[in-house]
Amino acid sequence: MSFNWFKYSSPASFYGISHSIIKAASGIAIILCIVGLYWGFAKTPDILTDQKEYYRILFIHVPAAWMSMWLYVTLVFWAVTGLIFNTRLSYMMAAATAPTGALFAFLTIWTGAFWGKTSWGVWWDWDPRMTSMLILLFIYIGYIALQNSIADTRRADRASALLALVGVICIPVIYLSINCPDPYQCAALHQQSSLKQIEKNILIAMFIMLFATWAYSFAIITHRLRSIILEREKRTQWAQDIVRDKA
Amino acid sequence: MLKRDLLLAVRNYNDVLIGLFFFIVVVALIPISLNESTQILPRLAPGLVWIAALLSSILSLARLFEEDHADGSLDLILSSGSVYQCVLAKVAAHWLVTGLPLTLISPLIGLAYNLHGEQLSTLFMSLLVGTPVLSCIGAIGAALTTGLRSGSSIIALIVLPLNIPVMVYGAAAVRSSINSPDNVMTYLLLLTAMLIIAVVFAPIATAAALKISND
Repeated sequence: MSFNWFKYSSPASFYGISHSIIKAASGIAIILCIVGLYWGFAKTPDILTDQKEYYRILFIHVPAAWMSMWLYVTLVFWAVTGLIFNTRLSYMMAAATAPTGALFAFLTIWTGAFWGKTSWGVWWDWDPRMTSMLILLFIYIGYIALQNSIADTRRADRASALLALVGVICIPVIYLSINCPDPYQCAALHQQSSLKQIEKNILIAMFIMLFATWAYSFAIITHRLRSIILEREKRTQWAQDIVRDKA
Repeated sequence: MLKRDLLLAVRNYNDVLIGLFFFIVVVALIPISLNESTQILPRLAPGLVWIAALLSSILSLARLFEEDHADGSLDLILSSGSVYQCVLAKVAAHWLVTGLPLTLISPLIGLAYNLHGEQLSTLFMSLLVGTPVLSCIGAIGAALTTGLRSGSSIIALIVLPLNIPVMVYGAAAVRSSINSPDNVMTYLLLLTAMLIIAVVFAPIATAAALKISND
């Protein structure tokens, strides 16, 4: 049996299945979000080490931070796929991913500011992790700005794909340069992951929320993708049919 | 190619002077606006001089490939077999007219910021090694935006975040020359490593970007 891997790389055939993807993913997102928030508020202890109730912001903060990084990886994956196979849909995927990634980076910083205010007493501190997240947001913004400022779609796609690729090479260097500006202090600055010490219920709620944000991203990106497909394929018969049926 | 670009730049020496004076004005504005005593200036100097160098390098980036794009010589460059060398030559010319003058004048700036001796030479060395990296990375941004109407403003948005590591280590070299002179060499070597990597890989990305822009 042979499977045609490229079948759904055509915008027309993808558009056909996209509606059921959106339905399933947004359903999962809503259910997981309710379960995760319930678990996070009802089943978890009121105190995490020396932090009181306000530590619960982590159920939004941590999934948002992970998603913003993960979405950049998927963005680059689609950009590179587009550059290699020259498939239009891959570029559209990358373009649809960027705003959600930027949104999560912004959410991370925003919720982080609230957390910082309650926990450390400041809205913002030039802590390495915060600075790296800020720069990730800048890179997302640069990608979106470049994409939007080029009128020719084909050129816009390929130029921003190259920028995303350059960005992914630079990100580790940027991360290291902020995290470890002094080569003599690297060891002292290294922070151990605190995942293992966290109470089990907090971890469960966090991972449920992670999957909720993941499903949300899946739904919203597919949704945005549908608009991009219709906009770019407006000269084709099938896209015109769809728009006419809707109207 | 390098010769041609340099010749163009020297004939238009106005551009060189604009970049240089932009750097000087920015560096001079900061002590004026802060109105601080000369005591804290040495502590501010490393970061401020490097930010000014970064901005002044970006100022002239928009024109890097613009004229070649307008008069069609970019087509010739891309259809010739030696895109890599041509890009490298353009980057070298950009550095020679923006980065180098700024590096040469930096000891004077350092004096105005109350630095002395070893610190001045570190400032000079860090800019000497670091500013070519700014030109290399900047060329990618310039190539991606060649021929765009909003090109010059978007270059800054693209290039500034990517240049952060250069600025961090450049400023760290100068800072450590004030606090712990033993570490200066490490930072300069790190900058040199960045320079080598940038010179080897950035022109490849720039060439690819030019091909996309000139399709």
